[in-house]
Amino acid sequence: MEPLLTIQTPETVLFWFLAPLSVLASLGMLLVKKAVHSALLLAWVMVTLAIFYIAQGALFLGIVQVVVYTGAVMMLFLFILMLVGVDSSDSLTETITGLRPIAITAAVGFGGLMVSLLGRATLGREPVGLDAANGPGNVQGLAALLFSKYVWPFEVISALLITAAVGAMVLAHHQRTTPRPTQREQSVNRFRSDSLAGAAGLPGPGVFARHNAVDVPALLPDGTPAPSSISATLKARGDVIDSAQFQLDNVDTSVVEEK
Amino acid sequence: MSLDNYLYLSAILFTIGAVGVVVRRNAIVVFMCIELMLNAANLSLVTFSRINGTLDGQVVAFFTMVVAACEVVVGLAIIVTIYRSRRSASIDDASLLKR
Amino acid sequence: MATNNGLVYLIALPLFGALALLLLGRKADKWGHLLATAMSAGSFAVGLIQLSQMLDREAELRPVTQKLFTWISVGSFNVDASLLLDQLSICFVLLITGVGTLIHIYSISYMSHDKDRRRFFAYLNLFIAAMLLLVLGDSYLNLYVGWEGVGLASYLLIGFWNQKPAYATASKKAFVMNRIGDMGLSFAIMIAFATLGTVSFSGVKEHSHHASEAAMTAIGVMLLVAAVGKSAQFPLQAWLGDAMAGPTPVSALIHAATMVTAGVYLIVRSNFVFDAAPTAQLLVVIVGAITLLFGAIIGMAKDDIKKALAASTMSQIGYMILASGLGPAGYAFAIMHLLTHGFFKAGMFLGAGSVMHGMNDEVNMRKYGGLRKFMPITFVTFGLGYLAIIGVPPFAGFYSKDMIIETALNAGGAKGIILGSVTLLGAAITAFYMTRVMILTFTSPKRWDDNQHPHESPALMWIPMVILSIGSVISGYLLYRGKAFKHWLEPLFEEHGEHTELLPPIVVSGLALTMVAIGVAIAVIKYQLSEIDNVAPEKVSIFTRIARRDLLQDDVNEALFMRPGQAITSALVKIDDSVVDGAVRGVGKMALGSGSALRETQTGFVRSYAVLILIGAAALIAAIWVVTT
Repeated sequence: MEPLLTIQTPETVLFWFLAPLSVLASLGMLLVKKAVHSALLLAWVMVTLAIFYIAQGALFLGIVQVVVYTGAVMMLFLFILMLVGVDSSDSLTETITGLRPIAITAAVGFGGLMVSLLGRATLGREPVGLDAANGPGNVQGLAALLFSKYVWPFEVISALLITAAVGAMVLAHHQRTTPRPTQREQSVNRFRSDSLAGAAGLPGPGVFARHNAVDVPALLPDGTPAPSSISATLKARGDVIDSAQFQLDNVDTSVVEEK
Repeated sequence: MSLDNYLYLSAILFTIGAVGVVVRRNAIVVFMCIELMLNAANLSLVTFSRINGTLDGQVVAFFTMVVAACEVVVGLAIIVTIYRSRRSASIDDASLLKR
Repeated sequence: MATNNGLVYLIALPLFGALALLLLGRKADKWGHLLATAMSAGSFAVGLIQLSQMLDREAELRPVTQKLFTWISVGSFNVDASLLLDQLSICFVLLITGVGTLIHIYSISYMSHDKDRRRFFAYLNLFIAAMLLLVLGDSYLNLYVGWEGVGLASYLLIGFWNQKPAYATASKKAFVMNRIGDMGLSFAIMIAFATLGTVSFSGVKEHSHHASEAAMTAIGVMLLVAAVGKSAQFPLQAWLGDAMAGPTPVSALIHAATMVTAGVYLIVRSNFVFDAAPTAQLLVVIVGAITLLFGAIIGMAKDDIKKALAASTMSQIGYMILASGLGPAGYAFAIMHLLTHGFFKAGMFLGAGSVMHGMNDEVNMRKYGGLRKFMPITFVTFGLGYLAIIGVPPFAGFYSKDMIIETALNAGGAKGIILGSVTLLGAAITAFYMTRVMILTFTSPKRWDDNQHPHESPALMWIPMVILSIGSVISGYLLYRGKAFKHWLEPLFEEHGEHTELLPPIVVSGLALTMVAIGVAIAVIKYQLSEIDNVAPEKVSIFTRIARRDLLQDDVNEALFMRPGQAITSALVKIDDSVVDGAVRGVGKMALGSGSALRETQTGFVRSYAVLILIGAAALIAAIWVVTT
């Protein structure tokens, strides 16, 4: 019997090119310390999968994969990452004793069994291929199924989607139990805090400075530089000029008594 | 090339995702690993669709995507809520069930 | 058989009194004793009416019944709660209610200083009701209810002063030993139902002619066990002496006149069973003969007046049991002796109560003496009872006991000679120990110290004693005259006819009187004509010591039953602790252990749960892998 489906050489090449990459990327996702890197690697895996979808005749799904997953969902991940702290990098050392060997053993067992099971499984017939099904077009075919055979699950899943959206709003919504402090109250609180250091507000860059630049610290009335007047980011980058050299000498700080 | 290769790939990706869920502590990474598992399953579905010559598998994959989206939305909302109260995104810190 | 709807009042009146007194509580304290006495007297009046009606009828029509309600109706097992009043029951009804009423009256005065007098009267009424049910029931099951009822009343009354541990123990002892007899009765009922399919007297009587002798023997032996327990016969006699812990009116009513004779009633009532089971009948005779001597020997050694009388009761009931074991010839005499004994023994117990009343509750006869002058009425009534019990003509005991001796002698062969000798010997010993009681209490020099002020009891107490003493004088002759009582009961028994006379009656009477005279003479020599210590002498023969220890009855019971029982119990407790409880606790520990082991898996870490899911999924795949191989 003539096989109904023959895999063309380009697809084979594509597979053997992209599949190892996706496996590597997903492995990397486990091994990198920074969550942002993980997210980027995952995005790559998803793009790879989208390509596979398209190669397999699932044009619509491939596009949706790119738009929804790589676009929306991964953006959502990154957004939350920003919210939670992009800088944080995880320690990869295990804290629960014995968990990692067990997990890896179980996973290897699971994967090995799965693969060997797949290798043993026989379909009993040749694969059909989607040429016939995609005859009027992949999107039309999906739509025909979605709005006839699967219309009930489709409606249910829409209800689920709305519920999830509302649920997320409910979960993330932070209800303010106290009125927002006014500027006046904030000012009063500053003076009533333990130290008066920030009472007058942080000094603006360049105030009492010899240089009108953001990387030069301000000078306090006694002539000493104020480290808190410089952005922490600049400090972290090491882009701050040592403030000690701007210290003013011979400033008379003695208080003259007024009589 | 046999279509089985797609299924092997799917199994491998699924397993890697499962390991990630267990091994990583950052809740967001754990979520990403779950997404990886869902995607691996989707790959299988698409491949089955192709083997069977019908589009039902693709429809199910489509549903899976919607469910995954819902799950991400709610899950991330939970993470944000936990982070807000505990200042941590480590799922080991959310072990109140023990105590 | 004619029905008579008046029978229920016999029981209902005292039962109402008991319930009223118990339920009303302290509200009835002021008049409770009067109500109880009235109820008892009312029951007696009903009994008299029934007697007069019965006398009007022909002998065959005399029994009457009353069905109260259908009690049990299960398949072929049908028992009605019915009452049966026949010539036998009426004797008991009149004895119970008559003597009972007198003792109620006596108790009004005797218990007047006791703050629990109302409760006492409630129990007395309960006893009367239960005892009447016992003798009126028309089946073994109905009898059993009354049987247990009197056991309960006896328990409650022996332990009436249960604030004293010894008294509480005595009541428990009586109850436990009675249980053995009760088990016998319940076995008898079960065997009767299993083999004959009925438990009513008439049904069993009907079947007794063609039932197998083995079955009848089994029933008879079990009935004997019941009688032995309730009537304090050998080998279940040990409780009666201790039962004297109860107030003296209780000893008079329950442990002398009525309840302890229930065993005799049971045997006579079951005459058809024993007639069909000669082996059981022989056992009855043997038990009666042994107890007769047993009680008499204990009676010789006792210094406690109530215990001496209790031993005498045991011995006299031995006479009755022996007589009832002699077949149709003896039934009437057993009941006759029971009735006369009811009079004179109740009278003597009341006399003993009167003596104790006047002697600050002293019971040791060695601390009495010379009370004749201080308590003339008590002395006379007690003396009349004494003459009755030792069998001096024309007092009551002479006729009844003489008849038993005569019947025993006439039982035929070696059996007759042995039984005759035993009864004659018993008569001599009875004469000895009763004379001893009389001498120690009334006629010997005084041995009490000067802070005792003996005095005669009030009228409420001595009037019943006088009535009872009159009964103990004339009842014997009245019942004996023209064989009236024998003929009265005759329709109930199946006469076998044949009579052998070993000795002519007059010779038997002479022999008996000779024995009595010997017994009295020895007692007079030993106690009246010689000095008596006010403490029991220590240097006595081994036989006296054994007799003082109640012929070692308690030692035997303890060695044979109590110690092995305790050993078994403690072994069972250990088994219960280690095996049964151990198993239960083991299950608990297992659950706890597995729980805490499983708890280790509940770390609270989501990731460890996820690993478990992963392992589960792997196992699932493995299972599929294996299945599809």
